[in-house]
Amino acid sequence: MKTRRSLLVQGMAAAASLLLAGRAQARTVRIGYSISKTGPYATGAGITTLPNYRLWVEEVNAAGGLKLATGPTRIAVVEYDDRSSPEETIRNIERLITQDRVDFVLPPWGTAMNLAVAPVFARHGYPQIAVTNLSEKTPELVRRWPSYFSFLGLPSQYAEALALLLRNLAAAGRMGRRVAVVHTDDEFGLELSGAFRRAAQKEGLELVYFQGYPAGFSDFQSLLNAVKGRSPDAFVAFSYPAETLALPEAAAVVGFNPAVFFLGVGTAFPIFRQRYGANAEGIMGLGGVVPNQAWRTYLERHRAVTNQEPDRWASPVTYASLQALRAAIEKIGKVDRFQIVRLLRQETFDTLLGPLQLEGNVFRGNWLIGQWQGGEFVALMPERPGAVAPRVPKPSWSR
Amino acid sequence: MPLLDALLTGAIAGGVYGLLALGLALQYGVARILNLAYGEAVALAGIATALLYQGLTLSPLVALVALPPLFALGNLLLHRLLFLPLVGRTLALDGENEGRLILLTFGLSFLIQGLLAAELGGRLFSYSYLGQGVSLGTTAVALNRLLAFGVALALVVLAHLVLTRTRLGMAARALSREPEEALLVGIPAVRLSAWAFALGGGVGAAAGVLLSMFHTLTPASGPELTLKALVVVILGGLGGAPGALLGGVALGLAEALVTRFVNPGLSMAAVYGLFVLAVLYLRGNREVARQ
Repeated sequence: MKTRRSLLVQGMAAAASLLLAGRAQARTVRIGYSISKTGPYATGAGITTLPNYRLWVEEVNAAGGLKLATGPTRIAVVEYDDRSSPEETIRNIERLITQDRVDFVLPPWGTAMNLAVAPVFARHGYPQIAVTNLSEKTPELVRRWPSYFSFLGLPSQYAEALALLLRNLAAAGRMGRRVAVVHTDDEFGLELSGAFRRAAQKEGLELVYFQGYPAGFSDFQSLLNAVKGRSPDAFVAFSYPAETLALPEAAAVVGFNPAVFFLGVGTAFPIFRQRYGANAEGIMGLGGVVPNQAWRTYLERHRAVTNQEPDRWASPVTYASLQALRAAIEKIGKVDRFQIVRLLRQETFDTLLGPLQLEGNVFRGNWLIGQWQGGEFVALMPERPGAVAPRVPKPSWSR
Repeated sequence: MPLLDALLTGAIAGGVYGLLALGLALQYGVARILNLAYGEAVALAGIATALLYQGLTLSPLVALVALPPLFALGNLLLHRLLFLPLVGRTLALDGENEGRLILLTFGLSFLIQGLLAAELGGRLFSYSYLGQGVSLGTTAVALNRLLAFGVALALVVLAHLVLTRTRLGMAARALSREPEEALLVGIPAVRLSAWAFALGGGVGAAAGVLLSMFHTLTPASGPELTLKALVVVILGGLGGAPGALLGGVALGLAEALVTRFVNPGLSMAAVYGLFVLAVLYLRGNREVARQ
């Protein structure tokens, strides 16, 4: 009991000193976030989200700070670990807003986490410029919470782009129409595979295998043997990183090499290329980048500041979302969250991804389908300038 | 032959589950400590292997020889410094002490996870080693899985021989069955249980090294590994090495058959179904046999 009380006293003292420090340095913009540094979400957060937060803050401060009407103002950061627990995130964000009195809160990583904290953001009128919240329900949620944003788009966009790509390839005679689908048995896998099933039927593709698998699943060889038995032309897995990293090896072992080999989250991670090297060639996944000058500059700075490479899907989008936030803050020139939300909903922003506009709080202009070609995860879909031609059939697995 | 395929891949996956379980069975069965931080040690060994391979290009086979003794030593120290003071030198465990021990290992698992996360963040550890397929008659398996199966089989046989053919093994079995009476007949119970605990840690490290060749690990992988090991231990019975292997193979076969012929979505359900059946049926039988 005694130790607990002394901890409490210490905590209060620390809070008081923080508060005083806050007063003394009135000329900072306080930005807080709660992120998964431990637990199952730490992987995604540590690859996609946290490095970009650090990079952005570093860059803004290196340039003297945010350009407000009162002059350049540096950013001060308050960071909490949510241990991959939604309850903890909610508590952290309440604390950031009511006790730490931060000016802006950056969103946590993951769909479930962002949904959990959306009411807190909305209640306090803080913009939630979320990136990794891929859900078909976003437009509905935006009607309820006008300060809720999604920069990654909607699952159906990705599923439809993939179905269209496969249809085009089949129509050009570069593969047949038989498609096998496996997916994780959770919200992410169900939404994407459901949307893909509808899109595939519309595009006249034939689904020869369609099964879910649970979290922690590891017997990929049996799974791929079952899939191989249906002799599909395209294999589509709406998978998470652990499975994404295991599937190509299992496929090589059972000698399964369809014309199109598509995997889910993790295909665009640097570790995927590191692990598979030349065998990554031709594998498709979500996201993709255009390796232009803007991308190369971003890649260099990301590497220099965070000591790691960005992923090729949500990393650049996360950075672009922060560029949009910065532009909105600087245009208003003061911490007026209501005006900033209004601006974010209307304005077009100049970002790493080119001009970025949110339609109904959702950015729909992302690269949707990418493919490893010559050591880079290049964008294939949607078909617009910057996209490259798909390499199909994918080369055979090299030993 | 789809059936043969599934049986073979299932049995080979099961070998590693067996090795994974053997370490926990030694720690729980002989040393009587239900070590919930077991999976963390397995993950730590696997992550260390990945780091050594990627950073220093040290072959995982070297890690397979070097890491288990290190982990055994670490587990020996843990036993001496943390668990022994709680167990007491008579090794008499009442319910309260056992509860404290479990809580202690639970806390330890959080500590290891936290330190790993602080040091490595949420990184994924996955590398490619001996991933090429080897054809076995009509089917093929990855060389690394085959190697893992072979090492698991060898270690399980070795453990079985030690437990059944040597005086030390007999003493260990006596300690496993009747800890208090073992003291009466002059078995150095404290030392022996410390060794069993250390050995269990070493076997776990070997399982971690082998697992890292084909399974993606993160600092948060520990609890899942503890759970799988626990399922196999309950399935195969405590203490015996063949039990651990059989339990592991049963788990591997259940996963493979259900994935291949029923629905991959039900593979985990099959695992837990097997677990429940084993608890209800096998346990009951053994109690009857003992009386």
